[in-house]
Amino acid sequence: MLNIKNLQVGLEEEEKQILKGVDLNIGEGEVHAIMGPNGSGKSTTSYVLAGKDGYEVTGGSATLNGEELLDMEPEERAAAGLFLAFQYPVEIPGVGNMTFLRTAVNAQRKARGEEELSAGEFLKEVRAKAKSLKIDADMLKRPVNVGFSGGEKKRNEILQMAMLEPKMCVLDETDSGLDVDAMKLVAEGVNALRDGKRSFLVITHYQRLLDHIKPDVVHIMADGKIVKTGGPELALEVENNGYADILAEVA
Amino acid sequence: MAVSQPKLEGAANLAAHFTVPTGAKWANDTRANAMSVFNAQGAPHKRDEYWRYTDPSALTAVPTAPAAVFSNDEAPMFDGIERVRVVFVDGVLDADQSDDLTLVGASIETLEDVTAADIHWAKDLYGQLEANGQNPVQRPLAALNTAVADQGLVIHVTAKCEKPLAIRYVHSNENSDAVVHHVIKIDEGAEFTLLESGAGAARFNSVSEVDVADTAQFHHVRTQGRDHERKAVTHMFGRLGRESILRSFTMTVNGVLTRNDAVLEFTGDDAQATVAGACAGDGTGFHHDDTVFVSHDSVNCESRQVFKKVLRNGATGVFQGKILVKEDAQKTDGYQISQGLLLDDNSNFLAKPELEIYADDVACSHGSTVGAIDDDALFYLISRGVPRKQAQDMLVLAFLAEAIEEIDNEELAEDILNRLAAWMERR
Repeated sequence: MLNIKNLQVGLEEEEKQILKGVDLNIGEGEVHAIMGPNGSGKSTTSYVLAGKDGYEVTGGSATLNGEELLDMEPEERAAAGLFLAFQYPVEIPGVGNMTFLRTAVNAQRKARGEEELSAGEFLKEVRAKAKSLKIDADMLKRPVNVGFSGGEKKRNEILQMAMLEPKMCVLDETDSGLDVDAMKLVAEGVNALRDGKRSFLVITHYQRLLDHIKPDVVHIMADGKIVKTGGPELALEVENNGYADILAEVA
Repeated sequence: MAVSQPKLEGAANLAAHFTVPTGAKWANDTRANAMSVFNAQGAPHKRDEYWRYTDPSALTAVPTAPAAVFSNDEAPMFDGIERVRVVFVDGVLDADQSDDLTLVGASIETLEDVTAADIHWAKDLYGQLEANGQNPVQRPLAALNTAVADQGLVIHVTAKCEKPLAIRYVHSNENSDAVVHHVIKIDEGAEFTLLESGAGAARFNSVSEVDVADTAQFHHVRTQGRDHERKAVTHMFGRLGRESILRSFTMTVNGVLTRNDAVLEFTGDDAQATVAGACAGDGTGFHHDDTVFVSHDSVNCESRQVFKKVLRNGATGVFQGKILVKEDAQKTDGYQISQGLLLDDNSNFLAKPELEIYADDVACSHGSTVGAIDDDALFYLISRGVPRKQAQDMLVLAFLAEAIEEIDNEELAEDILNRLAAWMERR
């Protein structure tokens, strides 16, 4: 599904290398987690995959089902099936949540040569999906993320994911700022989207989230590289001993 | 201070360029008075304080530079709204294209007829609010308008009108130099909605004098859209009685030069006024100026000024807004916000917010910001698959929507928003 090869990325504005050769292969239907200390390049990886400005790719590649993501505009990446759930979803005053979602869904359908959803079809679908995420009608009507609590923002991300039906979901610290119940709700939303085909890359600091979203593979990232890869037990090791041991071991 | 020679010459040229109409004695006197005020003030000049950001030379040139007629296949604005429709072509009432001037709740006459009548209520209003509005800031082009206008409507509203009056200004001659003057008197408890749209003329000078009596309401929605070379200067002079409401909204798209002045005076307690504007400007030729003066002279009145301008490719937007709170105008609530959204480095937004407060128990706030599209918001939209241009349009519309929300009537607000969205798609 997603194949990252020797990805090297620096900042556009300053002379600073952040990713120093990331290799990552995520197969169809797999759930991978990336853990790692602050500043190791986890969020940068997600931003570069999604196509955020400000980064300069100096080497390597990232393909989604064989297509080079790094050559595409962000909206093309989305239409190709990539979705990034943001760590800090942006508040956009003046743009209605529903309007935004419908525009996005139909823009992607159009880009893929599919028929656009009618207002009625869209409404029916969004209501059903919102309900299972405990998102009420009022939240759908409000401007995008404006006045949403931390938990509401993250649930709104998952709702977008559910509506856009991406092939490859990247979740950037989706657990940050959530209490236990909110995290459970979000995790349930994500699990509901696991269908054996859709793949996930879950970026997190804590093992806690991985209790709810069970990963197949866990990677440890440090200083711009994947330094260790293992099964779910690796996350437990981090939780118990911190990163120091693992980093010392691979150094 | 002595008036400079170029200003005096400018006034003399303009005065000679137009013909002062003759009618009843009162009208002749008012016009002669206004003309002498204009001649004494001189034509506006870019060295004048209130024309610092907007060079008025295109508005004072004699004759006016031609402006190509912009043709398009759009449905006229407000077409879907139940209304009485009046059409002015190059500033002249076109009876054939207009509905009968009958509106339940109001009487509508032409300025031509009214100024020919020896006895008419408009005698006490025509040119009067304009004259009141000459102090403390001179508005020579409004005085000129009063002196030479013979086109316009004189409207007396006696009840809540059953539907709006929609005036459409058609620009059809590339050399037209139009002067239009409306007088609107709204009686106690009555309500009136005025819709205005269209480019008007190659050069368009309009004045509206609106007297809103106690507990009366005036609603005004105007679009100045899509005619690339036209120039316009408009003035609205409003007087508000006790518990009255005045709400005015203007959307401006394209046109080389637009100067919209609004001059409002609160004379009764507990009244409310809003002047709002949304503007989208494209290209170095585009220059749009909103100049607002609100004078509070009564207790517990609320005024709002909300202006949003989106500018790109070298366009310029100007806002000059002033709230004057006189000594006895306690409990005044004055609000003023002006914001510019610049889509590139070549565009300019110039703002001069002013508060002058002599009362000690008031709440007045003002803010002015200028910025670019929020990159994070843009990326958020794009990352969900919305194409960049469409995402940018969504953010621009969201920005302008805050001004459009000032329109009380939802149907009209939606009409404006839809039209704006369509214009953005075409541009």
